[in-house]
Amino acid sequence: MAQAIASTEQYNYDIVRRFSIMTLVWAVVGMSAGLYAALELAFPHLNMGIAQITFGRIRPVHTTLVIFGFGGNALFATSYYVVQRTCQTRLWGSALANFTFWGWQAILLLGALSYMWGYSQGREYAEFPWPIDIMIAVVWVAYLLIYVQTLRRRSQPHIYVANWFYLAFILATALLHIFNNLAVPVAMFNMNSYSAFSGVQDAMTQWWYGHNAVGFFLTAAFLGMMYYFVPKQAGRPVYSYRLSIIHFWALIFLYMWAGAHHLHWTALPDWTSTLAATFSIMLLLPSWGGMINGIMTLSGAWEKLRTDPIMLFLITALSFYGMSTFEGPLMALKSVNALSHYTDWTIGHVHSGALGWVAMVTFGSMYHLIPRLYDTKVHSTKLIYVHFWLASIGIVLYITSMWVAGIGQGLLLRAFDDYGNLAYSFIETVSFLHQPYVWRAIGGMFFLSGMLTMVYNMWRTIAAGKREAAELEAKIAAKMARA
Amino acid sequence: MKFKHESIEINAGLLIILTLVVISIGGLVEIVPLFFINNTVEQVKTADGHDAVRPYTPLELRGRDIYIREGCYLCHSQMIRPFRDEMLRYGHYSLAAESQYDHPFQWGSKRTGPDLARVGGKYSNAWHVAHLTDPRSVVPESIMPIYPWLKKTPLEYSDIRDRMRALKAVGVPYSETDAEYKANVKRFGKKVAEELNILDAEKNLVGQAETGDYDGDPKHLTEMDALVAYLQMLGTMVDFHQYDEGYFAKFR
Repeated sequence: MAQAIASTEQYNYDIVRRFSIMTLVWAVVGMSAGLYAALELAFPHLNMGIAQITFGRIRPVHTTLVIFGFGGNALFATSYYVVQRTCQTRLWGSALANFTFWGWQAILLLGALSYMWGYSQGREYAEFPWPIDIMIAVVWVAYLLIYVQTLRRRSQPHIYVANWFYLAFILATALLHIFNNLAVPVAMFNMNSYSAFSGVQDAMTQWWYGHNAVGFFLTAAFLGMMYYFVPKQAGRPVYSYRLSIIHFWALIFLYMWAGAHHLHWTALPDWTSTLAATFSIMLLLPSWGGMINGIMTLSGAWEKLRTDPIMLFLITALSFYGMSTFEGPLMALKSVNALSHYTDWTIGHVHSGALGWVAMVTFGSMYHLIPRLYDTKVHSTKLIYVHFWLASIGIVLYITSMWVAGIGQGLLLRAFDDYGNLAYSFIETVSFLHQPYVWRAIGGMFFLSGMLTMVYNMWRTIAAGKREAAELEAKIAAKMARA
Repeated sequence: MKFKHESIEINAGLLIILTLVVISIGGLVEIVPLFFINNTVEQVKTADGHDAVRPYTPLELRGRDIYIREGCYLCHSQMIRPFRDEMLRYGHYSLAAESQYDHPFQWGSKRTGPDLARVGGKYSNAWHVAHLTDPRSVVPESIMPIYPWLKKTPLEYSDIRDRMRALKAVGVPYSETDAEYKANVKRFGKKVAEELNILDAEKNLVGQAETGDYDGDPKHLTEMDALVAYLQMLGTMVDFHQYDEGYFAKFR
């Protein structure tokens, strides 16, 4: 018992536990919303004429809850854990940390409800109405403060590399969020607002935000996660410290230039989109630097891939990271983009990153983390394998069906007959999408069912952990009574 | 003195400052010039010297709000690219000028449905009403959701002045004073300038809905009126016959 007290004093695990549990909760809710949206595209009758669940309203619910709900909670949980462990100090500001927890959950809930009831800024991945944007800014400043104050009281001279990535993510997200959401509210008590920028400048700002939400929220931060959990699970040091330095600075510098590749061939001036394409190609190097550094950490311990399903998750995540960061620069080429833009290829690309990289690295990290938080062993290693295969099959179905849908539609739309007329009407390409859309939804079902096995497995793990702690306490109490 | 990366690794403040510097550069270089380089947004004048592209009328503005509320941008783009197939399918490629009053822009990123940048005038009002109410009644293969509530919901426009004022605050030339109105007459012509007057917003909104009769039911002012008015205006402002081929290429 004395030991238990010491460890709760040494580290604030409570906050990590809460964020970890909500990671799983929002994952299920957000992925379910995504699956429903996918089914609506395959079977439009599912929209049912109910405003709140039509595709246009449920899609932002899905993106928000998986990015900021599942991803966001996973980042709060792991960053609060990693910063404590690597600085060997307790998290600064317990009450403020609780505030970030409740604040973040409120933001997610209110955000999802407001889209369903028709309040949206109409900016992808930044649909939150302005009052919620202000809440996000407040919570984020608190997060930054907690993080920096904890870093400052570290009992190590060095700031470990995982923390650089988390810190860059917190700083960049603050910068992006504030500038992209500059808007004038219609009135004090009105949820609507109009963006401060218009047209081409607004588009550029939004995709500077949008792409770096991917670059920092979904990449840099998850690299931070990778830099702690991969070496920890492998029981080996990071492959190359020098590589981590180089790819860190290169990654955070280059990412910020790449956003305009979402606007190739639009009314955005050519110089901007050319610059973005160029930097997108360069971005391949630091991206693969991170992948190599992660995968090679396992060098000399490859047999763990056969014995440890958590390692399997982490290394597969890095492989998907490598694959999607290769596909990204490819799609950022203007000639490829001419075909891929506006099609489902983009959706598939996002999901090879989001499911393959972000979700898989999170699953691996959470399987490592949750049993430790409850001082117990994982309930079932077999179920981790089940989850791994369900998730992998789901991803493969998802991205291949979206390649078919995207490349197929792109080719149909630009096909001409012998007389130089368009070969297909638009609606013919929509009919073509039906089958890939069904397969995509099936892929989503696989992925979601994998997620549900994880929830069950972790629920049993946590219950066992709590039971063991209670038994231990009872034993000690009995001993004390006898003494 | 030799620089060592270690000096950053042991100093949180330095790490934060350097990170902020490094992540700021890309955005500064790519975004800020767009506000200052004149060619970014084309000059598009009508034959009588007025601005071809005008801000939205109050009714169109409310229609646009509904377009955003329903998340139409998630399946429809409003940005035609300079390709042959898009030219044949949708018309002239989109100009930056055409979305200069769009707060926020609605270029979109996905075409599950067709581009809408020039949908205005392509179909009748009655077609739009039927299509929005039940898309499969006019396009059997369509996978668009049905929007039966648009025709049933009365249009809320009590805050239309606040909306126009908010847009004015971010640079849309709606007028409130006499001087602003006169400037608009000069810039857009008298007819348009009247529509942009904030103090006449309700009158203009109801008037346009009655004359336009967008939802086929002149007695009731519904959300359908506003949305169809917006869709029927899209892409109709610039008359491309007026310009020499290649005129707009100069700006690219």
